[in-house]
Amino acid sequence: MDWILGHLDDIGGYTVQHAWLAGLPLLLGLAVAVPLGWLARRRSWLYTPIVAGTGLLYTIPSLALFILMPLVLGTRILDEENVIAAMTIYTVALLTRTVADALGAVPDDVVAAATAMGLGPVRRLLTVELPMAVPVIAAGLRVAAVSNVSIVSVAALIGVPQLGVLFTDGFYRDFLDPIVAGLVASALLALLFDLAIVALARVLTPWHRTPAAARSGSEAPS
Amino acid sequence: MTRDVLDWLLDGAHWQGGEGIPLRVWQHVAYSLIAVGIAAVLAVPAGLWVGHTGRGRFLAVNLVGILRAVPSLGLLFASLMILGPKIPGELGVHVPVQVVLVVLAMPPVLAGAYAGVEAVDPAARDAARGMGMQGRDVLLRVELPCALPLVFSGLRSAVLQVVATATLAATVGLGGLGRYLIDGLAVRDYAQMAGGAVLVAALALLLDLLAATLQRLVVSPGLTGKTGRRTAAGETAASSDPRDVGVLTEGSTR
Repeated sequence: MDWILGHLDDIGGYTVQHAWLAGLPLLLGLAVAVPLGWLARRRSWLYTPIVAGTGLLYTIPSLALFILMPLVLGTRILDEENVIAAMTIYTVALLTRTVADALGAVPDDVVAAATAMGLGPVRRLLTVELPMAVPVIAAGLRVAAVSNVSIVSVAALIGVPQLGVLFTDGFYRDFLDPIVAGLVASALLALLFDLAIVALARVLTPWHRTPAAARSGSEAPS
Repeated sequence: MTRDVLDWLLDGAHWQGGEGIPLRVWQHVAYSLIAVGIAAVLAVPAGLWVGHTGRGRFLAVNLVGILRAVPSLGLLFASLMILGPKIPGELGVHVPVQVVLVVLAMPPVLAGAYAGVEAVDPAARDAARGMGMQGRDVLLRVELPCALPLVFSGLRSAVLQVVATATLAATVGLGGLGRYLIDGLAVRDYAQMAGGAVLVAALALLLDLLAATLQRLVVSPGLTGKTGRRTAAGETAASSDPRDVGVLTEGSTR
């Protein structure tokens, strides 16, 4: 316990680093998964290859993927880019199917109404379909966030600093405190990511927050 | 760099002896299958029971969620430091590692089993009751066969999770393919590390493929929509790809 109190600065620094390595790939992965999922939905013959292909990437164990990254990217083994790229790949693997299915679940009459109002495919995607798909995509993003936060710690083995360093450090010094600190900080970070995504999804979908009283008034039940 | 990795993989000397690739593959498969086997024996009945009775659902859902968020590397080291000294000899490494592998394999298996039973068409359950079946028969003869696709998807994500974590077990002195990655790191031999990484990735893919094939053989064709009748009626049921159903690959830690 004394060790933890005496090293709060270090733990904080690792936590920030951890949040960066797990969080940035969530954004990058989402940016890749949205167009991929959209394409899988628009061209039905592409659905299976895209969804199965990205899903397959998730089978690669993390340490192996980190180590293989320099081969693909031309980076050096200690570079943090390897971790960012690998975590982005996992995020894409988890989110592409979610995005495709979420877009597929948008009611046909809503899409038809948007088309009738003169929206082209891109504007329709950005202003109608994606907002409608937010709850499902957010659910997928929560899974990816928790998964990313726990996977990133493996990067300590290839020398990229974050909370995982507390695990290796504690193990090699035969000292449990850093490991406990790392486990707790990592759980708190996962919780924080989860809450942030839930809050963001709420802000982005104001129609889900309409008070019951207002909705039961003039509006037709949805 | 790619060239060096290929050379390492194709070097005959790496394919034989006490540190050769076949032995390492065998060790890796053995650790993984033992863990998934134990997890299945514990978690499939528990999950079926939770799904059948609805009891303990809250506990199961939260347990699964929490365990998924635990970093496997930290759990591995903690288990070794806490359990290791209590067990003499070589088992002092094996047992703590296997415990962690089982603990990590259980959430997806449990989730697959209870979600599978919960997702069974209530009409099928009613029909079973109508035919005079009692609780136990309903569970074993109707709910279990109908739940198999999700049970399998849980088992498959457990396999991936365990193969990934077994790789990390080399850091605490265990065998398996992780040895090449960890030993290569220690001596900065990139060809060995990357060669090992290629083998681990290939093993994970192969095991997943085998599990998918087994699933195809075991799951009733009536559930996969592959019988001519139903497809003709345009009423195709869930596809046989277990990834179609949510619980599957969801957030495992590797």
